[in-house]
Amino acid sequence: MADSDAIRVLNDKCVGCMLCVKACPFGAIEMKSRKAVIDLTKCTLCGACVPECKFDAIIIQKKEEPKDDFSSYKDVWVFAEQKKGKVQSVAFELLGKGRELADQLKSDLCAVLLGENTDESSKELIARGADKVYVVDSPKLKEYQDDPYTKVLTELVSKYKPEIVLCGATVIGRSLISRVAVALRAGLTADCTGLDIDPKDKLLLQTRPAFGGNIMATIIAPNHRPQMATVRHKVMIEAEPDPKRKGEVIKEEFPDDAFTSRTKLIDIVEEIEETVNLTEADIIVSGGRGVGAPENFDIIKDLALSLNGALGASRAAVDADWIPYSHQVGQTGKTVCPKVYIACGISGQIQHLIGMQSSDVIVAINKDPEAPIFKVSTYGIIGDLFKVVPLLTQEFQKILK
Amino acid sequence: MDYLLTEEQQMIKELCHQIAEEKIKPVAAEYDKNEEFPWDIVKVFADSDIFGVYIPEEYGGMGGGVLEMAITTEELSWGCGGIALAFAATGLGTFPILLFANDDQKARYLPDIAAGKKLAAFCITEAEAGSDAGSIKTTAKKDGDHYILNGTKQWITNGSVAETYVVIAMTDKSKGARGASAFIVEKSMEGVSFGKKEDKLGIRGSATCEVILTDVKVPKENLLGREGLGFIVAMKTFDYSRPGVAAQAVGIAQRALDESVKYARERKQFGSSISSFQGIQWMLADMAIQIEAARSLIYSAARLVDSGAKNVAKASAMSKTFASDTAMKVTTDAVQIFGGYGYMKEYPVEKLMRDAKITQIYEGTNQIQRSVIASALIKESLAKK
Amino acid sequence: MKIVVLIKQVPDTTDVKIDPETNTLIREGVDSVINPFDMYAIEEAIRIKEHLGEGEIVVISMGPPQAEVALREAISMGCDEGILVSDRKFAGSDTWATSYTLSRAIKKIGDFKIILCGKQASDGDTAQVGPGVSVHLNIPQVTYVKKIEKLDKDKATVERMTEEGYDIVETPIPVLLTVVKEINEPRLPSLKGKMRAKKAEIPVWTAEDLACEEDKVGLDGSPTRVVKIFTPPPREGGRLLEGEPDEISKELAGLLKDTIIG
Repeated sequence: MADSDAIRVLNDKCVGCMLCVKACPFGAIEMKSRKAVIDLTKCTLCGACVPECKFDAIIIQKKEEPKDDFSSYKDVWVFAEQKKGKVQSVAFELLGKGRELADQLKSDLCAVLLGENTDESSKELIARGADKVYVVDSPKLKEYQDDPYTKVLTELVSKYKPEIVLCGATVIGRSLISRVAVALRAGLTADCTGLDIDPKDKLLLQTRPAFGGNIMATIIAPNHRPQMATVRHKVMIEAEPDPKRKGEVIKEEFPDDAFTSRTKLIDIVEEIEETVNLTEADIIVSGGRGVGAPENFDIIKDLALSLNGALGASRAAVDADWIPYSHQVGQTGKTVCPKVYIACGISGQIQHLIGMQSSDVIVAINKDPEAPIFKVSTYGIIGDLFKVVPLLTQEFQKILK
Repeated sequence: MDYLLTEEQQMIKELCHQIAEEKIKPVAAEYDKNEEFPWDIVKVFADSDIFGVYIPEEYGGMGGGVLEMAITTEELSWGCGGIALAFAATGLGTFPILLFANDDQKARYLPDIAAGKKLAAFCITEAEAGSDAGSIKTTAKKDGDHYILNGTKQWITNGSVAETYVVIAMTDKSKGARGASAFIVEKSMEGVSFGKKEDKLGIRGSATCEVILTDVKVPKENLLGREGLGFIVAMKTFDYSRPGVAAQAVGIAQRALDESVKYARERKQFGSSISSFQGIQWMLADMAIQIEAARSLIYSAARLVDSGAKNVAKASAMSKTFASDTAMKVTTDAVQIFGGYGYMKEYPVEKLMRDAKITQIYEGTNQIQRSVIASALIKESLAKK
Repeated sequence: MKIVVLIKQVPDTTDVKIDPETNTLIREGVDSVINPFDMYAIEEAIRIKEHLGEGEIVVISMGPPQAEVALREAISMGCDEGILVSDRKFAGSDTWATSYTLSRAIKKIGDFKIILCGKQASDGDTAQVGPGVSVHLNIPQVTYVKKIEKLDKDKATVERMTEEGYDIVETPIPVLLTVVKEINEPRLPSLKGKMRAKKAEIPVWTAEDLACEEDKVGLDGSPTRVVKIFTPPPREGGRLLEGEPDEISKELAGLLKDTIIG
């Protein structure tokens, strides 16, 4: 079976060093008689072992597809998500990264904007670095809907053949771009934390956390175009506006039936409860299991308010129903990247760390000196949060007066 | 210890432990504090088919017996000995129906109990009739097609929350214990009311109150067995239910041990975990030995009852006595291991100690159990001659 | 009404520990569970069936043979049938190939009305497969559904969670819905469900059964490819502030002053 499978260990090259055993995220490699043996019921062909082997003893054979001619594909596109006519800041972050990529490829950076009354937004996109803005302006595109947005974006991409398409990993972005990628038979990598161009073959190198986040994987899509990726909000640095920049606005017309939607948007409800949006916040104060009870969240909230920050929580606190899910930070909650993240009574399980470890400054307050949170914290305080947090609130109130 | 459980029994054990861990444990302290009835957990039991474990399949149950009942009670009690009673006391009210009801009665009452739509309760105790069932004052007077019931039953577990009550009442006072009969009484019958809710030391997540019967017209179709069988119904029911009380005790004790081991590992004194101190180690070991011995006795007694053996009173009483004494000992030791923290409500072990106490008292005090055991011994000895 | 639920078996992340020395996952003793978000999809399917008083719930999982366990768990909760989509040819599938393969399985079932998925899988986090399936099937989708307000024979009204609140969306049926945690609280299995799950036959559908086009499945059918795997340098632990709480608080406030004001 092994011989006919896509993955193989070359026994004459394998020295039994076990590096691949350690590298396999699925526990699919064992040593038998000092040779690596791959358990095919566990192996997912993820490829983690191949670059790990110093002896080129593991090969994954992919049927080489006839290389299409991609020379007609050029330019880097950024999908400019708008809500209520306002371009979302994640688009400016993508323009920041997109500018670097376009420069490396010596091509243009373009934004795609779907909406109504788009003139101001188009100008802003140019100021933020777009050389061209493709605009489809229609009252029917005022609000996001899956069908018309998918159809229009798919057709634009088919027509103009960008080499790369970037999109924010937002609710809208994820819903839209996954559909576009499938429709175009393009490769799509979600939640990239790094994007780069391979200097040799000019491919887009897309790096993202894999297998729960403690391993990074770099992904390419060599035989499909465009190369598509989403990036979470606050991961890339926003392009600064330059009102003097010049660019071209290309208005595209579509027949009315392109805007038909099978689903109907009946209402948009904004919930005002969350005064500070977690993902937008510069300062976040989070509480975890150590907070102990729902009413104890008040002291965490007080600290957050004194700093004009947002209130976060670990999964443990949310699961205990101390605080609503909308506050959850971590793998199954929100990814945040504030300037200051203060973790109170959070032990720092990997799932939580994934969601906040790119914060600029991390402060950890925890009773347990062994808590993993201290491994990532800039400043650690081993102590009782019920004593420390109220005092901190006082101190910050003094400073910010 | 491997008790050679069947796949199905293992399944019950795992599911009930999951319920205890995920659903009961997080809310147990709250119910203990507020002394409310855990209807949300009752719904979980119902949705998971828990109420049917010991009820035959033809009535919508899982077809198990006393062993299944014991396994269920043990695991649920690990979560909370009080909340588990919503299930276990329903079992106590259901056993008389399983054992003595005719087909019509079974068809009328068992399916709703198995589905968790209705809870059940057993009413024997009165203010002046505890272990002495002969002095019951509640009466049942025949009146045409009905019996008229009058009297007050005390400390009824699941009182007021149950829909179905099996009531022991005197149909012929002159015959003493032989004049008692058992009736199925419904909550909806006119004249059924409930007295004050008791403020208890432990098992506070369980409803305990008086059941007051005032000229309650019970159709004669609701008489269990025949007139005069009431005392036998009660004794036989206790033979079946006592391994359940024992299982409740072991569940509580096991939780106390689990909490103690965890705490002993975490708690540091003199620079090391207290689990490294021999004084603590020996306590933990003794707790484990007693719990395992109690469990073995319960499972053996339950299996004996399920086998259809005739004289099970002794085994059943032994399991209840040993397990409940063990629970009291183990939970007290758990509080000791926790030290000052153990005495505080912030930590879970003081509740375990409070919950454990009742198991030495109800369904016959442990002193009565010992009398049951002794009289069985004497009878056996006489039979040998 | 036929309801299809797509589920994935993932490592139990509440279990995952990191080896502090090698910074790799400690796999030993890590159980496999149903992707937590898929549990909400399963629960919602059961609620829809209970609400309608009729219907059949078919659960599909694509994965290795051991994913059968996840399907049995779904049945023990109240789903009617489980189908395992499994073939060595599917190994190496990215989200494109996975959504294609799953859509083939759903087509084989036919006659579906609602397809439910969790919003994303906890191991991959891509949130791409659900939307992808809806394209392959050419049916509408609503993602991030937090409530089904109304459900009729041919249409449904649902709430889609957004960053700011939620949208109310009306959709025709058939439709694919991806659901979020807010939508419900998954039930525990029942004993009868567990018994049924134990006895249930779980058919295994292969690439051949699904008449998949070879160049669209597995590694060969996947546009993306992993070229490098590496462990990121761990973030360095910083400084411990020691002393009395009031001293520490002052010190920290001083340290953070510039960041907070600036």
